Amino acid sequence: MSILVDDQTRVVVQGITGRDGAFHAQQMAQYGTKVVAGVTPGKGGQSMADIPIYNFVQEAVDQEGANTSVIYVPHSFADDAICEAAEAGCQLIVCITEGIPTLEMVRVMQYLSAGQARLIGPNCPGIITPGKAKVGIMPGQIVKAGRVGVVSRSGTLTYEVVYQLTLAGIGQSTCIGLGGDPIIGTRFVDTLELFEADPETDVVVLIGEIGGTDEEEAAEYISQHVTKPVVAFIAGLTAPPGKRMGHAGAIISGGSGTAREKIAALEAAGIPVAAKPEDIVGLVKEAIK
Amino acid sequence: MKVHEYQAKDIFAKYGIPVPQGRVAQSPGVARELAAGIGCPVMVKAQVHVGGRGKAGGIKMAKTLGEAEKLAGKILGMRIKGLQVRKVLIYRALEIKSEAYMGIVVDRHSQVPMVMVSAAGGVDIEEVARETPEKIHRLAVDPLFGLLPFQARELTFSIYEDPGIAAQAAKILMQLYRAFWECDASLMEINPLIVSDQNKLWALDAKFNVDDNALYRQPKIAEMRDLQAEIPEELMARGKGLSYVKLDGTVGCVVNGAGLAMGTMDLIKQRGGEPANFLDIGGSSSPEKVTAAMHILLRDTNVKVILFNIFGGITRCDDVANGLVTALGEMGKVDLPIVIRLTGTASREGREILKKANLLAVDSMAEVVEKAVQMAKV
Repeated sequence: MSILVDDQTRVVVQGITGRDGAFHAQQMAQYGTKVVAGVTPGKGGQSMADIPIYNFVQEAVDQEGANTSVIYVPHSFADDAICEAAEAGCQLIVCITEGIPTLEMVRVMQYLSAGQARLIGPNCPGIITPGKAKVGIMPGQIVKAGRVGVVSRSGTLTYEVVYQLTLAGIGQSTCIGLGGDPIIGTRFVDTLELFEADPETDVVVLIGEIGGTDEEEAAEYISQHVTKPVVAFIAGLTAPPGKRMGHAGAIISGGSGTAREKIAALEAAGIPVAAKPEDIVGLVKEAIK
Repeated sequence: MKVHEYQAKDIFAKYGIPVPQGRVAQSPGVARELAAGIGCPVMVKAQVHVGGRGKAGGIKMAKTLGEAEKLAGKILGMRIKGLQVRKVLIYRALEIKSEAYMGIVVDRHSQVPMVMVSAAGGVDIEEVARETPEKIHRLAVDPLFGLLPFQARELTFSIYEDPGIAAQAAKILMQLYRAFWECDASLMEINPLIVSDQNKLWALDAKFNVDDNALYRQPKIAEMRDLQAEIPEELMARGKGLSYVKLDGTVGCVVNGAGLAMGTMDLIKQRGGEPANFLDIGGSSSPEKVTAAMHILLRDTNVKVILFNIFGGITRCDDVANGLVTALGEMGKVDLPIVIRLTGTASREGREILKKANLLAVDSMAEVVEKAVQMAKV
């Protein structure tokens, strides 16, 4: 099984004729993902590496059976692209685009709340179920099929952890990057619910960072609803307050959102927190025992 | 991005929020002239991007023109929490009967704008939130409808007994919400919102942080950036599409990805070193970005060693290696040791490039951090 993406996933790439969209459409297809269509308004009827291009997401859904959208369009068009994918009936929308204004995302989340679509991102590396499907930009060569779920707010830090798991011979069920923005479509709690229900996930690795309270909410949720072992890592112990650390969402404001608070909340919920990324492997091994 | 109080007040004034008329001075002489135009007593307020200005002595009342000039001179020479004061705002001092708080933020939990009011104004609102959270009244606003007048009234009637003043405050709150939404704010605050001896409300202070992601569609606000108030290296980095935050340590870091960059800083500290900076060279890193990163780090004289931690995904390790070799070529002699970790996309090619330039790459993050920390101690 795994969560959210698998061999039933049929991907439409929004922004397929852009530099990033074109490159990653091919990377995803090479990984074995069913990339069934691309969308670039005005370029309908053309094709890119044998992938048919449409003007509208609705056409990709109706004619190619697309059920998942991945978005690479520039930031000033990305909010519109998300809404279009939702309206067309895509169940899962993965928005890679970075730099969408926060209030635009506030509007988009209200729009999505009226429907069924799940959004991952924006400003995220996407999601991969090893051996089945990759939707986004994660490097396929570092993952290995297995039974550990990985969820993170970061990109390369996730790669670091996943790679170390793989080197240690520990495979993953699904790896998800939730995105570094303050307003994101899917949060830790949502994915914990999915991993808990997934019979092919035994352990969950949660990788958080400074800013917001999603990790604290995850700790609370885990202590009440999650029976599977969870291990965690939190980045940003050395981050100074009031400064945005790259990600728009990674900022300690008014003394809240610190790594220390998050670690304390997780530990209070009985979740082991790795002192450094490489320690996660040991914690996962311990949890599997 | 933060804007100064006087800039925020200009924006508030455009939205019909009452702010005391004032102007900015950069010298004591000009401060005196402004005070003469406005009429004493006047307030003299340091314009720096930091809280706690009052406690630091950066906000004073002047009863005479001479005092205004003297105080301006004193405040203009100050550093508040490390920041040089270059401007003071002069405005007419008002009699204060009561102080309240009004603010709007984007609430990450409910994912909508959150409006907050409190009768406990004029003090650090974060402290109020911690000590006596019941004194803050909040409302999550439906962004599709915006703040509705009756909602604004419910909030302001809960903090003012006088219905006339509460009605004035509701109007101000409506305007503040409009400004917040239209200006792409991530935070707007009036603290304090005062009632004067004439029973009129005034925004005595104004705070406005704008969403960096929205600056492309807020050109007028983007122009308000105070370049002098910025750390020069951070400014350079932004111009090159890098995110950089200066810290005080000795291990300079170049990392791809914000999470990994924070993780690297944390590990440096854990191993007994101190990171000199946060630096994310971003996803599709071109050689130019690496060159820019090297230039920025070398300006920091605290830096004793430069650490590269690259996990290739979209970033190609050979691009980073090429960038580094090019940068070193351009800069002539770099006296600092450089330690490099390359893993992932095109790491073999990257290593070859480095090898030819007599640079050595290691495999793991733990190893590169250990090395860098050792070298920084020498």
